[in-house]
Amino acid sequence: MAGAEGDDSLYPIAVLIDELRNEDVQLRLNSIKKLSTIALALGVERTRTELLPFLTDTIYDEDEVLLALAEQLGTFTVLVGGPEFVHCLLPPLESLATVEETVVRDKAVESLRKISQEHSPVDLEVHFVPLVKRLASGDWFTSRTSACGLFSVCYPRVSSTVKAEIRQHFRTLCSDDTPMVRRAAASKLGEFAKVLELDYVKSDIIPLFTALASDEQEDLEALVMPTLRQAAEDKSWRVRYMVADKFSELQKAVGPEITKNDLVPAFQNLLKDCEAEVRAAAANKVKVFCENLPEDSRETIIMTHILPCVKELVSDTNQHVKSALASVIMGLSTILGKDNTVEHLLPLFLVQLKDEVTHLELSPVSHLSVSLSLVVKDLSDCTTAETQLFIFQCPEVRLNIISNLDCVNEVIGIRQLSQSLLPAIVELAEDAKWRGVEFFDEKLNSLCMAWLIDHVFAIREAATCNLMKLVEKFGAEWAQNTIVPKVLGMANDSNYLHRMTTLFCINALSEVCGQEITTKHMLPVVLKMSTDQVANVRFNVARSLQKIGPFLPWLD
Amino acid sequence: MVSGAGGGGNDVQWCFSQVKGAIDDDVAEADIISTVEFNHSGELLATGDKGGRVVIFQQETENKSQPQCRSEYNVYSTFQSHEPEFDYLKSLEIEEKINKIRWLPQKNAAQFLLSTNDKTIKLWKISERDKRPEGYNLKEEDGRYRDATTITTLRVPVFRPMDLMVEASPRRVFANAHTYHINSISVNSDNETYLSADDLRINLWHLEITDRSFNIVDIKPANMEELTEVITAAEFHPHQCNTFVYSSSKGTIRLCDMRASALCDKHSKLFEEPEDPSNRSFFSEIISSISDVKFSHNGRYMMTRDYLSVKIWDLNMENRPVETYQVHEYLRSKLCSLYENDCIFDKFECCWNGNDSVVMTGSYNNFFRMLDRTQRRDVTLEASRESCKPRQVLKPRRVCAGGKRKKDEISVDSLDFNKKILHTAWHPQENIIAVATTNNLYIFQEKVN
Repeated sequence: MAGAEGDDSLYPIAVLIDELRNEDVQLRLNSIKKLSTIALALGVERTRTELLPFLTDTIYDEDEVLLALAEQLGTFTVLVGGPEFVHCLLPPLESLATVEETVVRDKAVESLRKISQEHSPVDLEVHFVPLVKRLASGDWFTSRTSACGLFSVCYPRVSSTVKAEIRQHFRTLCSDDTPMVRRAAASKLGEFAKVLELDYVKSDIIPLFTALASDEQEDLEALVMPTLRQAAEDKSWRVRYMVADKFSELQKAVGPEITKNDLVPAFQNLLKDCEAEVRAAAANKVKVFCENLPEDSRETIIMTHILPCVKELVSDTNQHVKSALASVIMGLSTILGKDNTVEHLLPLFLVQLKDEVTHLELSPVSHLSVSLSLVVKDLSDCTTAETQLFIFQCPEVRLNIISNLDCVNEVIGIRQLSQSLLPAIVELAEDAKWRGVEFFDEKLNSLCMAWLIDHVFAIREAATCNLMKLVEKFGAEWAQNTIVPKVLGMANDSNYLHRMTTLFCINALSEVCGQEITTKHMLPVVLKMSTDQVANVRFNVARSLQKIGPFLPWLD
Repeated sequence: MVSGAGGGGNDVQWCFSQVKGAIDDDVAEADIISTVEFNHSGELLATGDKGGRVVIFQQETENKSQPQCRSEYNVYSTFQSHEPEFDYLKSLEIEEKINKIRWLPQKNAAQFLLSTNDKTIKLWKISERDKRPEGYNLKEEDGRYRDATTITTLRVPVFRPMDLMVEASPRRVFANAHTYHINSISVNSDNETYLSADDLRINLWHLEITDRSFNIVDIKPANMEELTEVITAAEFHPHQCNTFVYSSSKGTIRLCDMRASALCDKHSKLFEEPEDPSNRSFFSEIISSISDVKFSHNGRYMMTRDYLSVKIWDLNMENRPVETYQVHEYLRSKLCSLYENDCIFDKFECCWNGNDSVVMTGSYNNFFRMLDRTQRRDVTLEASRESCKPRQVLKPRRVCAGGKRKKDEISVDSLDFNKKILHTAWHPQENIIAVATTNNLYIFQEKVN
């Protein structure tokens, strides 16, 4: 293959090889990515004897180049002549495994793991394991951290003497002086444990904390639980945070029994943790945790253990904790059922809504409002009038309910609405926030009255319009008893604007109230105002007469 | 370990070894040394200057055949670490002066250090190259292109030895995290994180992540008019990766535990000595400002430097230091003039020797002080051109505070306040010290008989 074909085919390869040394890092990178092309052109022997030695010494390069190189070497088995010669790839990968850049080391370790599979057991013992031992006893912590990732891949296929040596090295690294090495060893603990014989797992492995997802290894649970308990109470908030963050995985790993006995108390503690970050992380997991509780005891556990903690969190001082909670609270409603939701969750909702901060987060409120309108449908089941009132004292809730008045009306009915809501809703009219912001489909009478005399004309106009719709909805008789007297009463108001509003209302209402009401009640008022002091009023009287004319019985 | 490490300040006789820098009196502003630091093995000595340059000296391996010839420090690498910048938003120039250098513990064949100016911290890799590849396909070694048609085989480059070349390359730039001027950086014992401190805030960084840092201390008041205290220095504990201290302009030191909470505004311990009412003066608060804080190597003590004294604190005792040493008490009566010429604001550093038995700090007139804790003795030495002969032993200097001046003493009024030694460093294992005068670096060693 080398050079036999003539100049043309050699030239591009020659360029690639030269560019391995180009000053431009992009060109070097390009050549490294095409290393397989170069190797093919050189043939297996020259690749082994010339290319690889060159690559072993090129560790003076930029991270991206070294990273690409580490990756390429993982695929080079065929290019060096197959499994028989795969150990030739070890020298360059060994030097890449000691580079200070973590990404390069990690990639080198990954490639080493890959090619370890191509080694025969003999080659493993002759070439691979010595490499691992060299890295494990290297001066620099970088090589020792890399070694941690290589134990499990060579362990299964070597002789028992060598196995003992590997276990010894791993133990040593688990108690290495440098924290990075210990952490690397700990992170590979699970993987190494899987390839170890069970006896050695029990006797040799130090019980460091890891998330094991395999049921077979019951013995490991016994090792893990004390550590887990320790971790959940660790002095360092960051450790507790990690426990909170991984809680759902933990739950799945340990199973229902241990969850009931150990995880629930641990979770409670995390929800009450002194550090806000930990509480927020735990709060985020409330819904998932509750969902995954064993079905038979789920409701009890939540009501007795989890809900009390959640109630406290709703008034937490930290914004992130509250936000975290907002997104999960209503999720609990499906788990807890209607009664518990209305009695326990709804009040929590409202506390949140009232809270300034949670207001501003669009997603929780819109989420809440959707859920709330569904919940409101169940309001008729609600036994406590207090809860009803309580609900309507909150502006956002009122907003939502007013927007969804249809469903509220279906459930409660007008009389109940006016009776129990009246005191609370009058407040809403004075609530400055809602002026001019929304147009509502329907209005309740006092609500409307308030809007009818709003400072802003547009509100008055809209209120008038809504009044019309209300009457359409609830009927002329209702209007006669409730709205019309009030509207007509405004005709005596000292503020001319209010008097004019009366006229506008009459304009609107006459259409829907019907002939009788219009003639009997509204016309007299209109006529009376024809002598009003304010010209504008008189002018509008004329217009009103024109408007309501069609609804008056024609006199013969 | 060399025997000298066990000795105290006074058993040891210090002699001149080397001086680096221009000899002439004309000091170029850019050459003013602003920081000095040995690496963890003591083999390398780094200096930073006002011009943003870093110069690294390397200790030559000792020549066994000539024990009298003490190992010398020679230039290993020089590079421009920081350049002056302009903050367009605030219309301010950002100086390139290197405020601090801190070495990372060695993690592979290369060396790494952090250098910082007022706003930006950089991680530098210093590596050696002693081979280079040779052999091109398409050109000769001198660059001339070969005729493409003459290529009949492929050629793989081969590495051949070359003269040692030391390269410094910037590996990370940690920028845009500080509104105020950075005064300290400190590498954590976990070798993964470090802190940077400015006047009001301390940030925690991960060495591999440049686009994010965590704020762990923030003493900025909501109303800046209420500002009374600033952070002057900060350092991580040498062994406990969760503990750090920071000192303030009011003479207090706070020890914080990062495990306790995410934001360490609440200290775990507050070290403060009640003020001596008899010494109270208009300048009391200014001179109580701590200019440097350093943990001892064993992690049990910390040392603070304020304008007139050095204090050693036991970490277990917050209400007073266990030892106090006067550096230049004779200046107490001169505070008014020192205030007028701004010298009262000079920030002196201090350092421990390898076994925490002696501490050293600088003073004026190119004097520096060695304070022996075990023998309770102290000595004043001078870094001057006059005592520049090889292996010349340094004579103790004395300052006459008043009254009749003895021979060899120098009177307070004759002290040159422009010659200040702010930066000193002690080799981690041996009795070798580096003392920076304005633009010269003096290296002194223990006299070997």
